[in-house]
Amino acid sequence: MSWINARRRRPVAGYVALLLGLVVVGLLYGAINRSGGIAQASAPPASQSDINAGKDLFQANCSSCHGLDAQGTTQGPSLIGAGAAAVYFQVSTGRMPAKEVGAENDRKPPSFDAQQISQMGDWVASLGGGPAIPTAEQVSTEGADTALGEQLFSTNCAQCHGFAGAGGALTYGKNAPPLTESTPTQIYTAMLTGPEAMPVFGDGSISPAAKRDIIAYIVDTRVEPNPGGFSLGRTGPVTEGLVIFLGGMAFLILIAMWITAKRRDPGPQGTE
Amino acid sequence: MSDIEETDGSEGADVSHGPVAPHRVIGTPPPAPRLLGATEPAGAGSEGAGVVAVAEHAEELPPPTAAEVLRANRAEKVVAACFLIAFIAGCGFIAAYVGLGVHSVDKTLRSNLALGTSLTVALLALGAGALLWVRHLMPDVEIVEERHDLQSNPTDRAAFQETFKQGAGYSQVVKRPLIRRTLLLGTLPLVAAPLVLLRDLGPQPGTSLRHTVWSPGRRLLYYGTNTPVTPASFSAPGSMITIVPEGFQDNQEELVKAGVILIKFRPGELNIPTRTQGSTLVSTMNWTVDNIVAYSKICTHIGCPVALYEQTTHHILCPCHQSTFDAATGATVIFGPAARPLPQLPLTTNAEGYLVAKSDFTQPVGPSFWERG
Repeated sequence: MSWINARRRRPVAGYVALLLGLVVVGLLYGAINRSGGIAQASAPPASQSDINAGKDLFQANCSSCHGLDAQGTTQGPSLIGAGAAAVYFQVSTGRMPAKEVGAENDRKPPSFDAQQISQMGDWVASLGGGPAIPTAEQVSTEGADTALGEQLFSTNCAQCHGFAGAGGALTYGKNAPPLTESTPTQIYTAMLTGPEAMPVFGDGSISPAAKRDIIAYIVDTRVEPNPGGFSLGRTGPVTEGLVIFLGGMAFLILIAMWITAKRRDPGPQGTE
Repeated sequence: MSDIEETDGSEGADVSHGPVAPHRVIGTPPPAPRLLGATEPAGAGSEGAGVVAVAEHAEELPPPTAAEVLRANRAEKVVAACFLIAFIAGCGFIAAYVGLGVHSVDKTLRSNLALGTSLTVALLALGAGALLWVRHLMPDVEIVEERHDLQSNPTDRAAFQETFKQGAGYSQVVKRPLIRRTLLLGTLPLVAAPLVLLRDLGPQPGTSLRHTVWSPGRRLLYYGTNTPVTPASFSAPGSMITIVPEGFQDNQEELVKAGVILIKFRPGELNIPTRTQGSTLVSTMNWTVDNIVAYSKICTHIGCPVALYEQTTHHILCPCHQSTFDAATGATVIFGPAARPLPQLPLTTNAEGYLVAKSDFTQPVGPSFWERG
């Protein structure tokens, strides 16, 4: 304690305390942000009982915005023709049911299990068709062409999601989410349905095989080593510049202040 | 040349003057108002961890207290430790450079990490040691060093002029103009050579900035998979995809100008306004096929690829400087530094039902240039 007491009134102490506080807040935020599970999909065949169960779930949880028959209201769009794939993406990533109406629904732990998601998807699909949930073989990255996936990703996805899938900002508070936690099925259904502001990448423009290549690339980037040592979120030159500018400059200023600070007369303290 | 003025600023105490800095043994502390480590006034018998007292000034300085000596000795050890760490890290750098191979990605990563870490530690330890040395052992006094004119004194200048004239006379450069002029002539081509080399940086761009490789009937290909585009394969509303001209899918030099984004709208969403061109009203709505529209992917600001397309708002956003184009109304600029809309590629279908270009872009793609008009 006396060690702290002897030093807490020094001019540097304030900066050190501020720096410590920022680091602690950053670490806490990172730890909290990291939590959250992912539901894995299974695609059992749709039966009438599943469709009915899905309808019940939908009407209990989704109809306040999407309407009792999924016809859409002023609060939410019509889901007729949206397909099971859209339901799977939105619900398995926790984006739906939405917490609030805002610019962007962020990823959060899903509120329903895989079976319930599949049942709701079956019911929505029974209303007007739409893209189906891909099977495990369709999203398997076994034997996929990662190099072609990289080319397609850089051309069509990287402008929003970043070259390593770290996500990025869009207009008016919207954002392109990071792809670091997305499962292959979620990536596939997102391309197929174009959730929120994301464009649709249908099977005509990006073939199912090409979708697998893209998924293979995204999955592959997650295990790539970081040649620079620190990835800084892999968001590219903006973060790097920001870290260097704010962190590095502040550090240099502190060092400069310390070097040029006038040495104090030790006084009676020195005779400890 | 320099004289040392010793003041103790913090206390405002009396000032003592020393005429010149005395000779010092390397590695010993300089003379100081409170000479740290000098336990006894006369230097002969003093020990104190390698500290040599300076005889001429020792009597002018108040003798340091025992606590000060202790602190100074401790600081000395810390400084020495820093320098030792720097030595070890520096040896580590050489060892890492010699010992770690760089013939695979993993090995290169390890090598880079080791080199960077050892060099950082070495430089940091040297710097930290020097700083601690200055702060804890050197005197806290202001030293004034006088500046003098940079000009040489008149005698030296006169002597130089004399030597120069003498040299000119010996070389006979004034007396023999033939040598002088041929020398100048001989160096002339070498002086002019850079101009010729610069000229060779060309050729001039000519009209190449105004045209791309898009031509009537050239098919559109999905970039990457290089398959031709039909309206049916691009039928999902809200779709967006990058397109390249057939025959140039691997020609990066042409693709930097010819890249196109294709966007599919829901019926009724696409509403490109008519524009006056000269004296006539023109609409580019007939450049679209089945609510599919094609725009240049090259930003009209400084040429970044624009493809952040939001299907809900129909905004095309440029990631570099946030220029925003409204795809539904002919890619008009609604925000940012871009000065003109993204050029639209006229589309039609050929006899086989494939999407083809009706013509090249009617305006130059990409950033403005001087003669663009």
